[in-house]
Amino acid sequence: MRGGQGAAEARVLQFTNCRILRGGKLLREDLWVRGGRILDPEKLFFEERRVADERRDCGGRILAPGFIDVQINGGFGVDFSQATEDVGSGVALVARRILSHGVTSFCPTLVTSPPEVYHKVVPQIPVKSGGPHGAGVLGLHLEGPFISREKRGAHPEAHLRSFEANAFQDLLATYGPLDNVRIVTLAPELGHSHEVIRELTTRGICVSLGHSVADLRAAEDAVWSGATFITHLFNAMLPFHHRDPGIVGLLTSDRLPAGRCIFYGMIADGTHTNPAALRIAHRAHPQGLVLVTDAIPALGLGNGRHTLGQQEVEVDGLTAYVAGCSVESALEAASLHPAQLLGLEKSKGTLDFGADAGEGASQGYWAAWPYL
Amino acid sequence: MKLIILDHYSQASEWAAKYIRNRIIQFNPGPEKYFTLGLPTGLPRDHPESYHSFMWNNFFKHIDIHPENTHILDGNAVDLQAECDAFEEKIKAAGGIELFVGGIGPDGHIAFNEPGSSLVSRTRVKTLAMDTILANARFFDGELTKVPTMALTVGVGTVMDAREVMILITGAHKAFALYKAIEEGVNHMWTVSAFQQHPRTVFVCDEDATLELKVKTVKYFKAPPQVNRKGCIYATNFGMQPRWQANAHTSAQSNGSS
Repeated sequence: MRGGQGAAEARVLQFTNCRILRGGKLLREDLWVRGGRILDPEKLFFEERRVADERRDCGGRILAPGFIDVQINGGFGVDFSQATEDVGSGVALVARRILSHGVTSFCPTLVTSPPEVYHKVVPQIPVKSGGPHGAGVLGLHLEGPFISREKRGAHPEAHLRSFEANAFQDLLATYGPLDNVRIVTLAPELGHSHEVIRELTTRGICVSLGHSVADLRAAEDAVWSGATFITHLFNAMLPFHHRDPGIVGLLTSDRLPAGRCIFYGMIADGTHTNPAALRIAHRAHPQGLVLVTDAIPALGLGNGRHTLGQQEVEVDGLTAYVAGCSVESALEAASLHPAQLLGLEKSKGTLDFGADAGEGASQGYWAAWPYL
Repeated sequence: MKLIILDHYSQASEWAAKYIRNRIIQFNPGPEKYFTLGLPTGLPRDHPESYHSFMWNNFFKHIDIHPENTHILDGNAVDLQAECDAFEEKIKAAGGIELFVGGIGPDGHIAFNEPGSSLVSRTRVKTLAMDTILANARFFDGELTKVPTMALTVGVGTVMDAREVMILITGAHKAFALYKAIEEGVNHMWTVSAFQQHPRTVFVCDEDATLELKVKTVKYFKAPPQVNRKGCIYATNFGMQPRWQANAHTSAQSNGSS
């Protein structure tokens, strides 16, 4: 908790008649908030001898930590990979709209683009705290262009790149300054990838493996170099094979650094991955599951043509799907695990005492989701 | 004395809880009229199983009591005796204890008034008996060396001053203590026996706790209505009244006398 007179004078808010996610379980407990932080009511009671200034009845709903989306390419007509003049207002619009879906923090994602786009767009999307105005920006997710040709998916072939001899300098030349970057997705089978992974990791940037034809060995080596995430598991990588599980094998590999948890993004819409495959991954390694949307600019809009970076996309019908695991697991996959991935679990993705609690965010979505 | 015998631990607990609730409602407390509920003391503050955590999680967080109106003896106070004396003063200032709720130790103690405690004692520091230390070991991972050997406790006299005393006794391991407390004489070796001289006590127990009592005693208190209404009325009517029918208990009340 923040100390000082200011915090002590701030109003104490008590959410009652709710279930909260704490310690991996949904408990029938009240949630106490003061000055933008989750509060320990026992300390308040015995040490400060205070009661709540305001009580809010949640009608028996679940109070979950705000969701964190680490892969979202845009939405509501906004395309993060478009080098427009006013990138900032596009990001702000998406930030505001995803709030009502329960997302309080996100990593705007850029798909494979030419260097000019990165140089123009990246500096315009700084890290920003969330609030009533919109979800917080935790940093950018740069997906590509250092990915595999065969597994490029919807990324444009013309702009794919590999690392030349001066690998990390290549990366800097392509992206520009990395201050606003949080996650980089690359294919580890590319030459010189290990020095790049090590450099990025030293700078606190999360390296993710994706759009790759790497086998399990190459993937394990990449994890030893510092990779901690897998971009949309199963999609844009070699399929699981019992003699070489490929990147998917990282979920159960015994050749990873001790104590390291490998996280993996999953698009749980029932289309990108068959729900049975999703469940196999979840059962093999439940602590690593991170739910992502990988949403495109067409999110929230109807059918029709929309852009996705340098490509055009046609939308015709939408699907959504329920993950099929316990509510607590699903909630943790959308909040706690992405926070752990980004090393933010002390303040985000959790309702533990001392964690961040956006005041304005308490209006709509906190009292939400009877099930995911 | 009223002896309420329920079949199981859970029923005894529920009966006691409803009794307390009904007493509070009937008393109709207000800003100038405190219903002072007395409870026995426990472990030091910083222990994870501390009494504060216990009281918070099991009681305070579920009700609308103001923190200012809760008083827990502070085992970390600089001057322990002064802390105890101040506690006695606070009880007086609140108008005295309306209802004291406690359990009984296997050695027949009430609060931490171990065998040998004066039956007119007040709130003070007490050395704990081996029985009590053994019983508390479960809060300290079974390590006897870690269990505190001293505790602050309300005295027998303090509890005797309460207008009503309710003692909960469940389990076969408490049976002998219950026998000593109600079928033998008043004795400072079994401090709960002091309540034989209190005008208004309720002992709530389960079947197992009655194992050392005379059949005659148990039958008397479990008698069917037409023979002896006293035990039964309290067991079936008064205690189990739903909240909004609390006023309907007056018939039982007029019947009752210790």
